[in-house]
Amino acid sequence: MDTLTFLLSGTLLAATPLLIAALGELVVEKAGVLNLSIEGMMALGAAVGFIVVSNTESYWLAIFIGGLVASALSVVFAAVVLLTLGNQVATGIAVGILGLGLSALIGQPYESMTVAPMARLPIPLLSELPIVGRGLFDHVAVVYLAPLLAVAVWFMLMKTKLGLIVRAVGESPESAHAIGYNVNAIRFAAILFGGFMAGVAGAFISVASTTLWANGLIAGRGWIVVALVVFATWRSGRIVIGAYLFGAATIGELLVQSFGLAIPSQLLTSVPFIATIIAIVLLSMDGRSIRLNAPVSLGRVYHVTQ
Amino acid sequence: MRNQELDIRPSPQNAGAEAPLLELVGVTKAFPAVLANDNVSLKIAPGEIHAILGENGAGKSTLVKTIYGVLAPDAGEIRWRGEAVEIRNPAHARALGIGMVFQHFSLFETLTVAENISLATPKTAAKLVPSITEIGERFGLPVDPHALVHSLSVGERQRVEIIRCLLQDPRLIIMDEPTSVLPPSGIPALFETIRRLADQGRAVLFISHKLEEIRALCHKATIMRGGKVVTEAVDPTQETNESLARLMIGRDIPHPRRAAATPADAAAMEVRDLTYVPADPFGTTLSDVSLALRPGEIVGIAGVSGNGQKELAAILSGETLLPPRQQDRIVINGRSCGAADSGKRRDLGFAFVPEERHGRGAVPEMNLKKNVILTAHSFGLANRGFIKRPAARAFAKQCIDQMDVHCSGWDAEARSLSGGNLQKFIVGREIRLGPKILLAAQPTWGVDVGAAAAIRQHLVDLRDNGVAILIISDELEELLEIADRLHVIFRGHLSPSIDRVDADSALIGDFMTGGFLPGQPNGEAVPS
Repeated sequence: MDTLTFLLSGTLLAATPLLIAALGELVVEKAGVLNLSIEGMMALGAAVGFIVVSNTESYWLAIFIGGLVASALSVVFAAVVLLTLGNQVATGIAVGILGLGLSALIGQPYESMTVAPMARLPIPLLSELPIVGRGLFDHVAVVYLAPLLAVAVWFMLMKTKLGLIVRAVGESPESAHAIGYNVNAIRFAAILFGGFMAGVAGAFISVASTTLWANGLIAGRGWIVVALVVFATWRSGRIVIGAYLFGAATIGELLVQSFGLAIPSQLLTSVPFIATIIAIVLLSMDGRSIRLNAPVSLGRVYHVTQ
Repeated sequence: MRNQELDIRPSPQNAGAEAPLLELVGVTKAFPAVLANDNVSLKIAPGEIHAILGENGAGKSTLVKTIYGVLAPDAGEIRWRGEAVEIRNPAHARALGIGMVFQHFSLFETLTVAENISLATPKTAAKLVPSITEIGERFGLPVDPHALVHSLSVGERQRVEIIRCLLQDPRLIIMDEPTSVLPPSGIPALFETIRRLADQGRAVLFISHKLEEIRALCHKATIMRGGKVVTEAVDPTQETNESLARLMIGRDIPHPRRAAATPADAAAMEVRDLTYVPADPFGTTLSDVSLALRPGEIVGIAGVSGNGQKELAAILSGETLLPPRQQDRIVINGRSCGAADSGKRRDLGFAFVPEERHGRGAVPEMNLKKNVILTAHSFGLANRGFIKRPAARAFAKQCIDQMDVHCSGWDAEARSLSGGNLQKFIVGREIRLGPKILLAAQPTWGVDVGAAAAIRQHLVDLRDNGVAILIISDELEELLEIADRLHVIFRGHLSPSIDRVDADSALIGDFMTGGFLPGQPNGEAVPS
């Protein structure tokens, strides 16, 4: 495998779970809820997915069940945030820690085990292209599905009535309630969707990317996802760009090594996080874009009054 | 069309001839502390513009909420098209054909007009565009369906609300204080729209406390006081402002007692050749503004809203600071204050009643006691940085008693007070600070007749005690009533002072469109 192929396929593999989880978080935040438990939900999805593959060898089932279990965890978050009006930041962090703990617990018997990688689905003709063919078009199906999912989420949010309602709830839950929408029901659905996507992303990492389970597998990727949504100023297109940029940054370490440069690996490992901070600072300067796309009620507790 | 525009007085020819569209019989609604509606009866015919007139707290809002299905009456009957109905919720009210335009809009700023409207209907935004345009043309409500709501003026937003209401084809439209959010220039267009609605046989329930408007627009008026109907179905065109006001507040309108002003010679506050370009690109630049305010006089600043009043108030109050080299532009009691913040200005005896009650005049989420501490902390309410709670409580209680503020007590949250009551409280708080200079921006905006008269009387009394008072107001009548002299602000320019005796509406009207500026053709007084 030549260097370019390795880099391209590494970038796509690293970017795909970020993209999937970020699209889920985008919908949640657009509905006005800040869910900071992504890291824990991804970890739980990863552990569950790995266990399912180890026992059934069905990868699609593993990804699906991983999503389902993570969305079950998001029910806890939703209940605290929507019904008991808990603070979203504190609740998100607590549920995230719960998710990490649960993943360590159920993953304990599988620690350091590996599974066979998910079967790849090379795209005919395209994967035969010179130079980039193998790197871009010889992957598991989920890698191709992720950008399509981004288009679907964009279409849902910006072009459908459902998306309009979600955005309306995120901007002004009071007004949405006044017109007759059930704010909590819409937010609940959004949180479930976000949880499912985080679980899918986590399962993808354990069964299709690393193909091994180890406690701490997610390693901060959940937080990059949260940053990615802000970095993208809540726009699906920018989330796609951001996810692949971060994917490339993650693989940067390997790139530098392949050129034999003597840069400390700790520095390189921190590149995605430094990139996150810089990106957020730069993008925060575009006030108009943020004003138009940021969900105004984000993170604010909404109490239904009659 | 021409005829309708010229027809200032409504023609009540249809009114009452047909069976009533809506009839209330003996509707009663009690809250824990207050009987909000006491045996209220009301009839509205199709095509009728019916006013409900009353002061704050007279029970107008409760009545409207009952009709719109938000509140259920304790007793009494609602008849819709002759049949007794129980209106369960707003959706049910809309299904029956009752629509409502709220005083506070429920629009989403980041969505387009069409998207906003589509949220209230089953249709998609794209399909609604033609109907929005069509309704806009038919009723004189021009608005771009593709515009984002945050870019619209208040008047345009109200049009969106009205269109949203009309798309449901209501037979009865309730409008809650619709003119309170509009500049004076926007009101004729709204009235034209309401008349067109009535011409189509739709009934309009017009909630207001502005007597002029009701006399100009409405066929009938129901007057409420203290939860009861005082007079059912008077013809407002046959009444005068005085007679309507007497019915509404139960006594004659109190006019402030005022003697001629005896101002001192030395100015308490001065603005000298101030030119200021605001940071906000949509703000108004102030050009060469000079102003002297002497102890013992009330100076008014008139003008169409948006001609620099906000910028001027922010500069005078210290919310906007001038650069240090312009320190001398503003002088308070002989001290240069251009770059001094509002705390320093307050230390010099300056007090301020801002236009916005929520967020500037008071913190809505805090109770009245805490709101008192915000500006009165240095008046014995704090000891070495620690709050003296009994003193703060006493201060708040005194404000409540002195200004006759209706609230549940000093521990009531500011947001729980009606606009008029909160304003009385804020004015009372500032007066109790014993200021030497008082700036009041729109002191009686949205305040009912009785409370407004009380506030004006307090201001006149304060003047007689030697306080220098500056009032910025959109309401010319208010200024003519209490100001000793007037300036007019137009596009950031301040007119020469007009003495009270010389102030007639012709001269002021001319000044309001820039007539005082040399070489200024009389243009529109619409802010750019």
